[in-house]
Amino acid sequence: MNTPQNSFQKLLQYPSAIAGLFVVFALVAVAVYTMITIPYSEAIRLWRGGEDVWYQNPRFAPPAWINYFSSKKYSESFAVSTSKGQIEKIVTPGNGGTSTIEMIYPFDFSYDEYPQEMLIYFASTFDEKQPFISIELSTPDDRTIRIANFAVGNEFTYRFSQDEKLLAKLRAEDVIPALFTLPDGNAPLKGTYQLHIIGTTFEPDSDINMEFVLHGQVFGLAGTDHARRDLTLPLLWGVPVALAFGLIASVGTSILTMIIAAIGAWYAGWVDELIQRITEINLVLPFLAILIMIGTFYSRSIWVILGATILLSIFTGAIKGYRAIFMQVKESMYIEAARAYGASSPRIIFLYLIPRMIPLLIPSLVQSIPAFVFLEASLAVIGLGDPVLPTWGKIIQDAQSNGALYKGYYYWVLEPAILLMITGLGFAVLGFALDRIFNPRLRDV
Amino acid sequence: MTTTSEKLLNIENLVLHFKTSTGSVQAVDGVDFELGTNRAVVILGESGCGKTSLSKALLRLLPRNVDKYSGKVILQGTDVMKLSDEEYRQNVRWVGISLVPQAAMNALNPVLKVGEQVAEPAMIHLGLSKTEAYGLVYKMFQHVGVPADFVSRYPFELSGGMRQRVALAMALVTSPNLIVLDEPTSALDLLTQANIMNVLKRIKHELGTSFILITHDIATSSELADEVAIMYAGQIVENGDAKDFFPAPLHPYSQMLMASVPRLRSDSDPMFITGQPPSLMNPPDGCRFAARCPFRFEKCSQEPPVFQKGNRKVKCWLYQ
Repeated sequence: MNTPQNSFQKLLQYPSAIAGLFVVFALVAVAVYTMITIPYSEAIRLWRGGEDVWYQNPRFAPPAWINYFSSKKYSESFAVSTSKGQIEKIVTPGNGGTSTIEMIYPFDFSYDEYPQEMLIYFASTFDEKQPFISIELSTPDDRTIRIANFAVGNEFTYRFSQDEKLLAKLRAEDVIPALFTLPDGNAPLKGTYQLHIIGTTFEPDSDINMEFVLHGQVFGLAGTDHARRDLTLPLLWGVPVALAFGLIASVGTSILTMIIAAIGAWYAGWVDELIQRITEINLVLPFLAILIMIGTFYSRSIWVILGATILLSIFTGAIKGYRAIFMQVKESMYIEAARAYGASSPRIIFLYLIPRMIPLLIPSLVQSIPAFVFLEASLAVIGLGDPVLPTWGKIIQDAQSNGALYKGYYYWVLEPAILLMITGLGFAVLGFALDRIFNPRLRDV
Repeated sequence: MTTTSEKLLNIENLVLHFKTSTGSVQAVDGVDFELGTNRAVVILGESGCGKTSLSKALLRLLPRNVDKYSGKVILQGTDVMKLSDEEYRQNVRWVGISLVPQAAMNALNPVLKVGEQVAEPAMIHLGLSKTEAYGLVYKMFQHVGVPADFVSRYPFELSGGMRQRVALAMALVTSPNLIVLDEPTSALDLLTQANIMNVLKRIKHELGTSFILITHDIATSSELADEVAIMYAGQIVENGDAKDFFPAPLHPYSQMLMASVPRLRSDSDPMFITGQPPSLMNPPDGCRFAARCPFRFEKCSQEPPVFQKGNRKVKCWLYQ
């Protein structure tokens, strides 16, 4: 007899089960952590956000840790600002209400690849007269390149690569490589660069703040996509979405299938006939095609798709398998005894028939979770994912529609794919071990 | 609670036919008998004569292929055949009649603790709370001789005899007036059989319950029987007081059946009845035993009525 306690102990005898449990617990922990640290509304805001949210990130940047595995070092991204105190800011008052604001930011550049872009975001306060800015960059070989001089409004963005005057002055094809190379060299010059900005304000209360953003070639733990979005967000949020979809679909279909099979087997007659005929019709209906139709014509909300998935998965072959076992159990003496002492039909179904099936249900339930997780991802890949939610399938779809594999952005596809595989594997090995414990035919003698 | 003060159960012309692909099986075909309070009747007969079908007809535990189900079953003055299935379930099963099913050892739900199962009918039918029901369970376990701490055991942890007693306790828990025991001792060894019989006798004495004991074990059942009914091919051929029946059965079938029982202290070999019981699908006209009967004569080709012979009833032309 399997009590919950000794089932769990038996489970721990299988190394694969321990691995599976570890994966499942890790996923649950990540899901809980994600939902606490990045609440749903915040996740949606970030995921749906554009340049205003993600301006600090480069596009199409692989994760930063690829530098450990690559002989070429890719430049990492950073963003620093005066308001956060990361840039030194020296204010020197001058005559007649003017003042000089000097902002200096030295940074190490020791990479083999040029950054994608450099930007400076200025924000200034003034009444009438705009402050004036001049930008210089000192290179490790002690050259000082004058970048630009201009007056700034309340908000102003200076993009290095789009400055035509600078380009002309550097006499190069592109601004960024020219800034990071010796005049006659062809490789990036490594060393400490210094960004030097001198601002002049003409009013007593006038002030200038800036943020310096360098878009490198690599970014963060997971890289970024075409819209500069940090992929850790959808990768993390994909966990609770995948688990919720897989669990609800799997539990929903398994339990409903079992209950319906039990009802059919118990009442027999036309009830059973009806259930069997519905099952047979449903078996020949194209499952994916119906989901695609629902997604195309009705709604792509994950809850609608989940509901449709459950509905379409109830009347499947499993109902026939369960029914066959229920037919056998139904003829047991103890069922007749229960009838004889006046147990009602629902009581017999729920207290006598169904408990006999639970040992068979648990492994199949666990094993069917990855199938539903994959289904959700597949739907997202073919463009029927929830348009709002960040999910693993959505990442793959974005990657595919942006030609990730063609352009060599392998990280973009591999990260969600590996998470999907780990999830599937974790539940599968756990399910196999549960099957060996609960299914007497597979039990080790 | 002495003898036949009032009739507890009165069955008139009970019929249960099953539909099969090859025709109708007349498993119970016009059974009449009466049973008084605190009496035990033993229904004897060979395999396939309709004993179990009779118990199923009594409790309306019908399979799906019922062809004909009619007659009167008057339990304590009400004709329960007229009740709807739902009324029947609520008011008759386990309240009026309870059943210890055939192979009662397997009659327990393997996933429920036995205490829970015995308490269940009390909770369903008497509306007791769980604690009250368990109080009753302890009492019933005492009656049938099951240790009280067995309540929290699962059926597989019990021996066959213990399971039989638990099934009996389950039948008793709502204190019905009538318990139908379908082969209660068939899968048990002789000592346990004797034990169970003693338990039944004690219960009959202590609780005043009536029993319908369906068996083909003549020797064991004779201990408990107040009355005997002999069943043959779906009909009751002889019915009467056990004290009179056992020394001198009337119906030729009864006589031959009794003669087939091996005797411990006798040189005579057990007799056997030649031939096969008739097919219930297509029973012969007239007396159903005629083909195997050594006393048959012309009249046997007509259906015999029931003749009263002393305090016994017999369905045979010999007693006209």
